[in-house]
Amino acid sequence: MSIHVTGNGGNGAEAPVKLTKKDFTSDQEVRWCPGCGDYAILAQVQKVMPELGLKRENIVFVSGIGCSSRFPYYMNTYGFHSIHGRAPAVATGIKAANPELSVWVITGDGDALSIGGNHLIHAIRRNLDINIILFNNRIYGLTKGQYSPTSEFGKKTKSTPFGVIDYPLNPLSIALAAEATFVARSVDTHVAHLQMVVERAMRHKGVSFVEVYQNCNIFNDGAFDMFTGRGVKDDRMIQIEHGKPLVFGKGHDRGIRIKDMHLEAVQLGSGLSESDLIVHNEKSPDSYLAYMLARMEYPDYPVPIGVFRDVEKPTYENLLEEQIKSAIEKMGAGSLEKLINSGDTWVIK
Amino acid sequence: MESTTILNNVEDRHIEELDTVTIRFAGDSGDGMQLTGTQFTNTSAVIGNDISTLPDFPAEIRAPAGSLPGVSGFQLNFSSQDIRTPGDQPNVLVAMNPAALKVNLADLESGGILIVNTDAFNEANLKKAGYQSNPLDDGNLLQSYRVFKIPISTANRAALREEVNIPMKEIDRCKNFWALGLMYWLYDRPMAPTLTWIESRFKKTPEVAKANATALRAGFAYAEAAEIFTTHYRVKRAVIAPGKYRKITGNEATALGCVAASQLAGRPLLYASYPITPASDILHELSSRRNFGVKTIQAEDEIAAVCAAIGASFAGNLGVTGTSGPGLALKAEAIGLAVMTELPLVVIDVQRGGPSTGLPTKTEQADLLQAMFGRNGECPVAIVAPATPGDCFHMAIEAFRIATRHMLPVIYLSDGYLANGAEPWRLPEISELPEFKVTLRTEAKGVFHPYERDPDTLARPWAVPGAIDLEHRIGGIEKQDITGNVSYEPENHMHMVLTRAEKVALIAEDIPDLEVFGESSGRVLVVGWGSTFGSITSAVELMRERGMAVSSVHLRYLNPFPKNLGDIIGRFDRVLVPELNLGQLAMLLRARFLVPAVSYPKVKGKPFKISELIAKIEEIYED
Ligand SMILES: Cc1ncc(C[n+]2csc(CCOP(=O)(O)OP(=O)(O)O)c2C)c(N)n1
Ligand code: SF4
Ligand SMILES: [Mg+2]
Repeated sequence: MSIHVTGNGGNGAEAPVKLTKKDFTSDQEVRWCPGCGDYAILAQVQKVMPELGLKRENIVFVSGIGCSSRFPYYMNTYGFHSIHGRAPAVATGIKAANPELSVWVITGDGDALSIGGNHLIHAIRRNLDINIILFNNRIYGLTKGQYSPTSEFGKKTKSTPFGVIDYPLNPLSIALAAEATFVARSVDTHVAHLQMVVERAMRHKGVSFVEVYQNCNIFNDGAFDMFTGRGVKDDRMIQIEHGKPLVFGKGHDRGIRIKDMHLEAVQLGSGLSESDLIVHNEKSPDSYLAYMLARMEYPDYPVPIGVFRDVEKPTYENLLEEQIKSAIEKMGAGSLEKLINSGDTWVIK
Repeated sequence: MESTTILNNVEDRHIEELDTVTIRFAGDSGDGMQLTGTQFTNTSAVIGNDISTLPDFPAEIRAPAGSLPGVSGFQLNFSSQDIRTPGDQPNVLVAMNPAALKVNLADLESGGILIVNTDAFNEANLKKAGYQSNPLDDGNLLQSYRVFKIPISTANRAALREEVNIPMKEIDRCKNFWALGLMYWLYDRPMAPTLTWIESRFKKTPEVAKANATALRAGFAYAEAAEIFTTHYRVKRAVIAPGKYRKITGNEATALGCVAASQLAGRPLLYASYPITPASDILHELSSRRNFGVKTIQAEDEIAAVCAAIGASFAGNLGVTGTSGPGLALKAEAIGLAVMTELPLVVIDVQRGGPSTGLPTKTEQADLLQAMFGRNGECPVAIVAPATPGDCFHMAIEAFRIATRHMLPVIYLSDGYLANGAEPWRLPEISELPEFKVTLRTEAKGVFHPYERDPDTLARPWAVPGAIDLEHRIGGIEKQDITGNVSYEPENHMHMVLTRAEKVALIAEDIPDLEVFGESSGRVLVVGWGSTFGSITSAVELMRERGMAVSSVHLRYLNPFPKNLGDIIGRFDRVLVPELNLGQLAMLLRARFLVPAVSYPKVKGKPFKISELIAKIEEIYED
């Protein structure tokens, strides 16, 4: 089997002239609330796009419904603002129809995990070479503040005045369970990190799933401040990096080790050194480690961000193209006349 | 075998010529009745009869053996005349077990031929079928029908036991071919086409091939030798328009039409679907057409399927999705998205009995109003409906032609009867196929506006990703006309709602006028649509032969209606609308033309009988 090895966009997608952020900015007025985390994500994506060397006309942004899903209108590329939850399915059709396109899915926590949960799982399972960015603000923004599948247990929202009584989903767990070949997480305000993650997602050949913690300053303000805040983030978050021990803390003095099949946050020194810690391996063929890391939550653990998993597997669209190629090799390019005349025929004179 | 010894008597036997015969094969789901019926049909078609079939099988894959729900039937009508339906009433019933007899006997014409496998009429089977005593011993039965009691299982075993080396269970499974052989003799059909089929079908298991071939020959020889049949019958070849033919079912023709549309349009086909009876065969058929560049996606559900098809259309493919009524319900919101984004999309609905899961394997036409109105907002789509299995080919091409030329979704309403029913299909020459060229917009010509409009059709340009300087964003939020930008402006919304309606209305300029079958004015006009074509046309033809002023029109375009429909309706005293629903087209006609159209509904999971229609036409004729 000959599978393309380049990233999204295929061979034809390389641009000769270097574009700038401005080239990716559409003429549409952005209509998110001032201060919304979506602005930051939009800015980083617009900034990374020129670095990826893609041609504008080969890029398609597809979204569902939600504040986050307005995103495609602001990108000066092709865009499809579809219906609630269905963006992964629309993207599947686009990518299958034209594998040369660089296809991006922009979705929210309600869009992707509630109404569109099934499509998300199956788009990931098929390993299409598409990039899914989930804006997780742990709330329904567009419908004005109901709880979402990622809202914390007990949280009071408009639709849960007595507190949420369903347990939240972890988006990364879902992606890993669906065998995503690339899984990452970043934060709207961590500009450089977010750029790195978006760029790596694009370069990954196969489905890329990126969760971005996004602040909704109107209906769920400060949802992530507890660990993303300037003063606390070094101690309450951990940046995982391939091939490196899991170290965190302002003084690089804490780490994650495995004990009795469980992860444990430990203080280095006093008999424990970096060599006792887990060395992150995003290339591991199985996803056990990625899964364990993705389950770490504040306050028991530092919240992990970075790339959890990055492995190769043939993509759906290439397998489909391969079937077509080999069918043509075996049977010859289809002839409509022959097809019409196939089966048992008889002639009436 | 004993056959040779008695062969001499054969010539004495009487051959009687018949115009038309309707046979129903009925047995347990495991008895191979669909196969038997199909083989009889193929052979009859190949020797030049006109044919029409009605398979009728249970929704359960393996209902308990011998039970009433497990009965599977296959009715076929073959004739030296031009026929359009599988026949109102079987002249012959082959019943392989008591349950099959119980379910089907009431349909058999009085005095008809009844062939039963007596071996299956044991106590256990009689009980499962709910018979207190053996019906074959019932004097009434013998008086009402010409009954042939044949120990088919025993005779089949006797013929095969010495000849082939396969287990007894396998031998017993050949008994349908034994019965088929018997029927071939009775109706003077050659065995060769079936023998050839057996050889190729069981190429990998030569012993099974031999067993089935032996069973077929043995059944034939038995009928020839045993003196139970005093007469056998001949149905001459029909006078059919010259040409090359093949037998085709509606689902096969639909799939073929999709491939043809893709080839004619020069655009790749992407079919996304979620399996559902009776539409799945289209998915099966298209998924084997990879060498035509056909891409098929078995989606996770119907919503994903239609969305993938829409995505494919956005990317420049012919996006098509196929389903049945329950799936069409799920696709509603996404079809609205295609209406809003003004993308070409074909949605195939092979209708079945509803509501809900309903009658999955039975036919009905009750999705017309769902297709017409089953979406939020003012959300018109084009609707077409094939009239016969062969017409599915033509109307599938039409669906794509309309979708791409007018840039909107087209719902294609087939049904279970068309999907599984078969007819001889005259193979079209490629040059006879409608030409339709699809042009993608490739140049901006100044600033590109995704919703600028063709003055004739009001269609917007089809500009697909990959085209330089045509980058644009579309979506389900109301669009400003021309620019395609998001707009909540009141005047614009009204304008766009009207524009979308007008786009559909303008299709009327692009479809053929209706042709009236019969005189162009008169007492009664029968208006039908979809799969009822055969029975309606036959009924009207028979009444016209009796000198009655009855005509019919058949709608293959339901939205918009052909331009001359109102005109035609106005020239008749009465309008009768037979439908396999509670009067959905009748409702549309009344609303649109303010005529007192009389609805003639039937919702039994079965097509109209010609006799039912004649009775109804007579009734309103006199009123
Ligand atoms: C079929 C359907 N159901 C419900 C809605 C209403 N709706 C729009 S967005 C939304 C939730 C959005 O939440 P999320 O995906 O988290 O996006 P956010 O606005 O937070 O970015 C809902 C329920 C809809 N548009 N369509
Ligand atoms: S409601 Fe929240 S998520 Fe939506 S735009 Fe406003 S701040 Fe952003
Ligand atoms: Mg949200």
